[in-house]
Amino acid sequence: MKQIKVFGSLVKDSLDTITHGNVKYHIWMGVLTFMMLVGMYCYSIQLSEGLQVTGMTDRVSWGLYISNFTFLVGVAAAAVMLVMPTYVLHDVDFKQAVLIGEGLAVSALIMCLAFVIADMGGPSVLWHMIPGLGVFNFPNSMLTWDVLVLNGYLFLNITIPFYILFRHYQGKEAKSKVYVPGAILSVFWAVGIHLVTAFLYQGLQARPFWNNALLGPRFLASAFAAGPALIILVLAMIRNFTAFKIEDKTLKKIAMVVTVAAQINLIMLVSELFKEFYAPTHHSESAYYLFFGLHGKDALLPWIWTAIPLNILATVMLTFHKLRNNPKVLYFCCFILFIAIWIEKGFGLIVPGFIPGPYGKISEYTPTGIEIGVTLGIWALGAFVFTILARTAIGIELGQLRYKKNKQ
Amino acid sequence: MSSNNKKWFSLNLGRKSSASSGSCGCGKTSGGCGSHSSDDYEMTDEAFVAAAVDASIGEERTKDGFEQVFDVKMDRRTAFKKLTASLLIGAGAVSTSCSVISGDESKEKAQIDWEEQFKGNYKLMTDEEKKATVDRLMRSYELRTGKNISMSSKNAEENILFGYAFNISKCQGYMDCVNACVEENNQDRDSQMQYIRIHEMKDGNGFSFDEADDNYYHEVPAEGHFYMGTQCFHCDNPPCVNVCPVQATWREDDGLVVVDYDWCVGCRYCMAACPYDGRRFNWKKPEVPEAEINHNQHYLGNRMRKKGVMEKCTFCVQRSRAGKNPACVEACPTGARIFGNLLDPNSTIRWVLENKKVFRLKEDLGTEPKFWYFMD
Repeated sequence: MKQIKVFGSLVKDSLDTITHGNVKYHIWMGVLTFMMLVGMYCYSIQLSEGLQVTGMTDRVSWGLYISNFTFLVGVAAAAVMLVMPTYVLHDVDFKQAVLIGEGLAVSALIMCLAFVIADMGGPSVLWHMIPGLGVFNFPNSMLTWDVLVLNGYLFLNITIPFYILFRHYQGKEAKSKVYVPGAILSVFWAVGIHLVTAFLYQGLQARPFWNNALLGPRFLASAFAAGPALIILVLAMIRNFTAFKIEDKTLKKIAMVVTVAAQINLIMLVSELFKEFYAPTHHSESAYYLFFGLHGKDALLPWIWTAIPLNILATVMLTFHKLRNNPKVLYFCCFILFIAIWIEKGFGLIVPGFIPGPYGKISEYTPTGIEIGVTLGIWALGAFVFTILARTAIGIELGQLRYKKNKQ
Repeated sequence: MSSNNKKWFSLNLGRKSSASSGSCGCGKTSGGCGSHSSDDYEMTDEAFVAAAVDASIGEERTKDGFEQVFDVKMDRRTAFKKLTASLLIGAGAVSTSCSVISGDESKEKAQIDWEEQFKGNYKLMTDEEKKATVDRLMRSYELRTGKNISMSSKNAEENILFGYAFNISKCQGYMDCVNACVEENNQDRDSQMQYIRIHEMKDGNGFSFDEADDNYYHEVPAEGHFYMGTQCFHCDNPPCVNVCPVQATWREDDGLVVVDYDWCVGCRYCMAACPYDGRRFNWKKPEVPEAEINHNQHYLGNRMRKKGVMEKCTFCVQRSRAGKNPACVEACPTGARIFGNLLDPNSTIRWVLENKKVFRLKEDLGTEPKFWYFMD
């Protein structure tokens, strides 16, 4: 009973915090809300007209939604790079950042689920997928694995920080006995979500571009580069706008993680390119389409030739300690690395899988305005959720939010 | 329609229990008011008793759809589900029965819609449930359009395994098969969805699909070209079936790979998994002019689809299970298409497989298609 009362008070205090702020904060939230509304409007059109309002066709049947989904699974998985050092290796330097990382994972997962639902042809019969209620094709379909691991990871990433914050809110220490087993589980789980998502594509013999043993490991490497890169940017922003203290040491350590992951990612990229282009087979056509275009069709060229140089530039710059230790250079590198991997792991991966088609037909894909609107709306949703979570967490960690203290 | 044999959630939206009392909602006790479907009948005493028993304990004996999981003893979870379900029923019932202007027909329509929304996976239904489902769909069509369709729920027969052979030497690219297929299977006319693709290939280049044209608009046969058709190959080891998260697509015992359009959630994973471009998606609501609708339908075949679901070639299940050839085979003017029972040693298809040098596409993928190509 008491717990419920405390929880009620927490919700009230949290609402209080997130509805108050300076002008910049209100503008930020206002813009996000507006984008979400636009996204919802676009989605309502898609619901009534069907998926024909998107650029997807029978030839390229997955597009922007699934691309973003794939990328965001990686961002969510990246929280492990903070969780493991903090809870398992007891590295105090990560302690401040870990809650932010988990908040980021939660919002990334919410975006993932939203993208999957946006991509569904029949969202009204999604209950067919609920285990027990519908028919869950487990373990045959990798998609059911993905549903399980994503929701499990979401659960872990909500409960662990919630437990810690809930204790801190009451002015008590969180008992490590309670949350450390969960944290250790979430470390394995994070690797699991991204590997399973890779298997989703890797297991299709119909698509040689995906049916590649390196896909899973490469997913992990790029995720552990892009995710922590985003975390660095977010931490930098939080440091700038709030009283929350994040030490340089923490950022430097995360930067180290980003660097190593980006280097490994680059090695794997070289390996992939070598295989596709040294002795090209019929199965290399998708790669040819992606990097050079096929039969005059070259819609993806500008994208991939933006991504690759950015990726290389960021990795090389991060490799030099002098450059990496300069915050401005670090933020710039993280930003371009994030963009590069978003392109590469997004439609640089999904779209060429369908081009050329099973019989060599090349028909290209361009997302429509409605598709982009929904996508932006979902990104805004993620940012909105993250802002709410981060504001509450920071409030509690700074001691501004305390149970009873603010009860008059 | 209110057959008491039903194994799914039923609404009784304040309709007079017309069927069981033998009287009609319009007040007449003898037929002819027009609100009954043709298969309504007067109940005998026995049937009435059976119906009464069914009404009281029927739920315990027979389950389907929503009910497939409602068969456990009441625990907290079940109770919660039941509560949710009854809330939904309540909302629907209130909205329909409070409406003064809606007559029996619209109430029946609402009930059918409800039952359709929460029915189970066709693959897991018993024969009676399948029958009841197609009856409901036929009634729904009648209520909506005033016209009758016949829909079959015929299962696979024993000792039948369908196979298909395509004679590359004979095909001239007339595309009569494509047109026949579209008409037979009620495909969306607007987006010109076609299950069959005819690839026009250059002589002397062999089977180079990437240089082939599967969308030609000129007189055929074109000089220096040959033609080759592809469609769903009804693989014995279909990759599309494994990946479906809800088992909305499966291989029937006679080898047909089918889709339950109402169970499909539209994730298009099967489409990505198919190496043969055999699947099509309804990106919009499919539309067929009323006059062109083929009224001879099968639940797994050419019944009307809705937007946001997958569909595909079923070897015209409504025809093949009735002992006829698929529409493409019948329409082909050159005799390039051969269809039959692989388990019948005297069938033409068996003769082709035994006497011609046959091959299949992408055999290295291990999908075991039941679609062979050969040349004279």
